[in-house]
Amino acid sequence: MRAVAAFLLMIGVAAPVCAQSSELMLPAKVEAGAAFSIQSTGTGKGTLYIAGLGQVLKRDVQLGETTWFPAGTLYNAGHYAVFLAGNGSAASGAFDVVPVSQPADLSFLARPSRLAVGLHDGITGAVFLFDAYKNLIPVSMPIEFRLTSPSSETQSSTVVTHNGAAWTVMDSTAKQGTDKFVASSGAISSTRIIGQVPGDPCGLKMSAKPAGRQIQLQTDPVRDCSGNAVPDGTIVTFTEAYNGAQSTVDVPLKRGIAQVEMPAHADATITVASGVILGNQIRWEK
Amino acid sequence: MTTLKSILILCAVLGSATGAAAAQATVHVEPASFQGPRPLADQTAKAAIRDYIESWQSLNAALDGNRADLLDADFVGDAKDKLMAAIQEQSRLGIRTHYEDRAHDVQIVFYSPEGLSIELTDTVDYDVQLLDHDKSQGMQRVHMRYLVVLTPAELRWKVRVLQAEAE
Repeated sequence: MRAVAAFLLMIGVAAPVCAQSSELMLPAKVEAGAAFSIQSTGTGKGTLYIAGLGQVLKRDVQLGETTWFPAGTLYNAGHYAVFLAGNGSAASGAFDVVPVSQPADLSFLARPSRLAVGLHDGITGAVFLFDAYKNLIPVSMPIEFRLTSPSSETQSSTVVTHNGAAWTVMDSTAKQGTDKFVASSGAISSTRIIGQVPGDPCGLKMSAKPAGRQIQLQTDPVRDCSGNAVPDGTIVTFTEAYNGAQSTVDVPLKRGIAQVEMPAHADATITVASGVILGNQIRWEK
Repeated sequence: MTTLKSILILCAVLGSATGAAAAQATVHVEPASFQGPRPLADQTAKAAIRDYIESWQSLNAALDGNRADLLDADFVGDAKDKLMAAIQEQSRLGIRTHYEDRAHDVQIVFYSPEGLSIELTDTVDYDVQLLDHDKSQGMQRVHMRYLVVLTPAELRWKVRVLQAEAE
């Protein structure tokens, strides 16, 4: 038995911890979920306690023998204090349980879930990397982030984790639709869906024609600066100013255009806008 | 100079804020060390660190009294699940553990771009004592580096990951 202890000491996987007349041979580190053993010296019966913030164990042991802990006994990474009590003697020590280096789970947070097209650095992704026992893996590992747009345009970046975390930023693309945002590490991946919606109207333009004693006003199909159709329901505001008076009509887009009839006042000035976006201006002279 | 000043202020604030709750634990805050698109406001950093330091009091009370309900205010997710499992096991075995933190050396190392998680490292000095049916089985003084992930809840930052990191 002492030969085994001497061998373990020699290869640096175990260290003796003494107190009073007992002695403990503890592993320096145990991989989460792996089998391990603790050897004690002395004679008679004792009780072995292993306490950490994630798990607590208590075993009746025979002093002087090796106590075996099968795989899956300790799986929460952390620092574990060990106390041995028995036969009028006591010993204590400590060892660490380290995460499995093979990732099993990604905690992937992507924001926002919906945004306008064409925004530089508009999409962010952050990842925490965990092993199969939900232990954070602090060892640096590469994470690949990949954003695929509706037009199959792909942005990707590979980021190495620090303290188990990694992040990236991506641009929203020019085409509206649904993006797939994937974070992966080896065979483990996690996907988030990002909705890209048209941006503000761009180049808002209306035309006017007489309709009896009214003016019929109609916009061209309203699109954003990337050419995506602005959604129906978006409010377009027509304003007519004449003889020091002003009238305003709000019209929702329908099938991509907004149209309205307003009174035909001579020398009226008519403008069109959507939100803070101004369109063209028409002077009605008839 | 501005950074140094804010750190000193943070230390002072934490000292007074945690003085009552954290017994004599001293708290030292290193300048934040991370690169990211989202700036970390001093107020956010102070709140996160204050809440984290206070979580050690809940942790100790919960493990010392085998009362999982005391974790609710400060822990969430995996950290809470693991501590609850430990408390359940302690209760079953008739064990209690008493943790007393003595010193913290804290540094924020990650602030996620969307602002929903802060990661910090904490080199903690603490004592751990194990009692079996109220009989002490020993005490150890521990010096350990912890990785901590915090997430914001309704009123405070809560600990989502609390994991000692082997040297």
